[in-house]
Amino acid sequence: MSFIENMVPLSIIICLAGGIVCSALKGESARRLSIAIIFANVIMNALVLFYTLYTGSEFVYVMGKFPAPWGNELRAGSLEGLIALFFAVIMLLSVVGGIRGQDDDIEKDRLNLYFVMINLMMSSLMALVYTNDLFTAYVFVEINTMTACALIMIRNNGHTLVAATKYMIMSLLGSGLLLIGISMLYTITGHLLMPNIKAQVSILMQMDEYAVPLTVVIGLMSIALAIKSALYPFHSWLPEAYGYATASSAAMLSSLISKSYIFLLIKIFYRVIGMDVMVGHKITNILFIFGIIGMIMGSVTAIRQTDIRHLIAYSSIAQIGYIYMGIGLGSTAGMVAAIFHIMSHGASKSMLFIAQRGLVEVSNGSKNFTDLKGSGIRNKLAGVAFTVGAFSMVGIPLLAGFTSKVYFAEAAITAVRSKMWIAMITLAVSTILNAIYFIRATISIYTPRNMDYRDEDYRPSRATGIALVFYIFLNFFLGVMSYPIAHTIEAGLRVFE
Amino acid sequence: MSRKRSDYRSTFYSRIENFVNGREEFLLYRPTGRTEAEKLESLEAELTEAADLLDKREEQQRIQDHTEPRDFLKRFHKLYGVVATLVCLTMMMLLMITVSWLPRFGNASNPANNEVIKRYIEKGQEETGAVNIVTGLILNYRGFDTMGETHVLFVAASCVMILLLIAEGKEKVSRYANDRQLEPKNDIIVQKVAGFLVPAVFMFGIYVILNGHLSPGGGFSGGSVIGAGLIMYVSAFGFKKTERFFNEHVYKIAKISALCFYICCLSYYFYMGAHGYDNHIPLGTPGNIISSGLILFINIFVGTEVACTMYAFYALFRKGGL
Repeated sequence: MSFIENMVPLSIIICLAGGIVCSALKGESARRLSIAIIFANVIMNALVLFYTLYTGSEFVYVMGKFPAPWGNELRAGSLEGLIALFFAVIMLLSVVGGIRGQDDDIEKDRLNLYFVMINLMMSSLMALVYTNDLFTAYVFVEINTMTACALIMIRNNGHTLVAATKYMIMSLLGSGLLLIGISMLYTITGHLLMPNIKAQVSILMQMDEYAVPLTVVIGLMSIALAIKSALYPFHSWLPEAYGYATASSAAMLSSLISKSYIFLLIKIFYRVIGMDVMVGHKITNILFIFGIIGMIMGSVTAIRQTDIRHLIAYSSIAQIGYIYMGIGLGSTAGMVAAIFHIMSHGASKSMLFIAQRGLVEVSNGSKNFTDLKGSGIRNKLAGVAFTVGAFSMVGIPLLAGFTSKVYFAEAAITAVRSKMWIAMITLAVSTILNAIYFIRATISIYTPRNMDYRDEDYRPSRATGIALVFYIFLNFFLGVMSYPIAHTIEAGLRVFE
Repeated sequence: MSRKRSDYRSTFYSRIENFVNGREEFLLYRPTGRTEAEKLESLEAELTEAADLLDKREEQQRIQDHTEPRDFLKRFHKLYGVVATLVCLTMMMLLMITVSWLPRFGNASNPANNEVIKRYIEKGQEETGAVNIVTGLILNYRGFDTMGETHVLFVAASCVMILLLIAEGKEKVSRYANDRQLEPKNDIIVQKVAGFLVPAVFMFGIYVILNGHLSPGGGFSGGSVIGAGLIMYVSAFGFKKTERFFNEHVYKIAKISALCFYICCLSYYFYMGAHGYDNHIPLGTPGNIISSGLILFINIFVGTEVACTMYAFYALFRKGGL
């Protein structure tokens, strides 16, 4: 057994331990420790990714003395390695980029609790990516839900408390449905380990037993994770949660937490139930329709916003719609596009949230577009980053968003004819709608007004600057170097089955 | 000749310019083609109308403040309630029907009665050293899940702390002074009863934790018993006396060391197990107190964590600090 295989459980356990230690530290040292731990996670997951690419196969790590159906185990292939590395990088950048925001928004004596939550969130993300067991997934979904609530409400004002309550109600509804689904699946298959469930499900399909419970289980699990990742009709918690939380929390919520649930859903699709069974039960068609509605409705609502945070939040709903549209195509190409969009949306949206904070700082603390005018000139790097993020979301070539749209279009062309037309037309319409609000926002921040907000003593945060430079680089990297990444995703999906 | 047209404001270009400047909504804009005089007239009419409307609104607001919501809202709320109930009922029906399709509970030929359960029951005692199969299952076979579950408690305590912790200052002092406004202070009956009960409860909690691998119980249940004992002591004797032996400092040390030792033990166990090494943990004779290897220690760690969390919830809700 190679040394690198130990990195998989270590990346989870080191974060759990980090969370415990942070609860005893003062705020500033807790932050330093957390950043070090997340950076270690980046390195460890990169090692795992290169190791799995090098060996070209997956490996299983047995957690304890007893092998899998009796004990727990973790599994890592190249796809898991890639997603885990991506999550760790985004986590690092959003923590570093939001340092000034954390100092301003969070009371001093609670700052260490914020990093307790970030560490535990990180561990739950890693566990959700690497788990090979449905019940382990549920345990870490629970941790994920609670830490997400805490990340929202730690900025102590009325708005965030309301937002956290809304998020908690919707998210617990999702958790409950997921738990019911898992227990029903256990009753009819007798297993919690993913490959064993899949073997059992294919036997059930052949013998045509328990057809009704299986259908209900598939529906419950898909809806549960759709609620938790804010697919269109279940999005009501999202705008407030993203709109009022502190900047790094909003970045994490949009690009890590909802994405981890989507990745779990993809895992359930491929490794638990089996893609052919899922497509046979037509659940992909339902996700496709709601994804399409979400793409349009999210953008239409975003056009009406006058608040920059709410604009970015509603744009997230549209982007989640894109991902579900890709999953709903029901083909491998669609899935590759969806996973690529998980990454490109994660890179752009968290950058928008971090850059937005820099723009608001130089606009008298107002998030309204009338006050934000000219902020791109007053804080140049944040302006450039916001522009890059906005262009990426619109789909300007060379940027991450453009590449994922190309992949979506390629996947749609090979799909069934009716789905092809709907997907292509909606992609076009949605791109135009995206352009309307993002280009308007970009023009708005570069209109030279409100120059009296300029403060001679103002210095942009250096940490935010570094994070934004890395973000811009990441966006161009995903846009230009997309082929190896898409290739890795495809290879990972092939091992996934 | 002026370069601007007289009806410039209603042209397409000006609308786009306004929209870009954020002055008005592109989609909501309604162009009007009227002359200057008409515009003035309509402006005046609008102004008077607006003034009337303002008066009316104020009146309505006054009425609304004193009475119930308007008819429309009322009807909407009713409809909302009806639809919500219907959705819930449909969901309940659906789940009930599904349950009737599931295999019958307790049937020997159920899918759940497979080789997994068989090994737990037949070899559980031999392999884990725990007489209580459930404890052996959750702490040894599936130790990773239980580690996550213990951290759920830790997260919950931290969340409550984020919500209720009061910063140092005037408010803290006043809250600490009046932490029992609604309760009787130093009630002699409560104190006498607690004097009898608290040691018994502590003893029982320790018994449940230490016998977790032999009889029903374990760290989670025993820890909550000890936590209940602590809460009883606080409500009888007040925080001042409790803090002589259990204050924030002790709380932090107990909780953090318990969780850290827990993680260290399990990491060692995972590492040795995954590499196929012998982990040198003696299992002992099943049935003895000191047996079953790590399980006894893990029960103690989990018990400490649960007791601390229970007490922290109570203290945070009562005075906003530990």
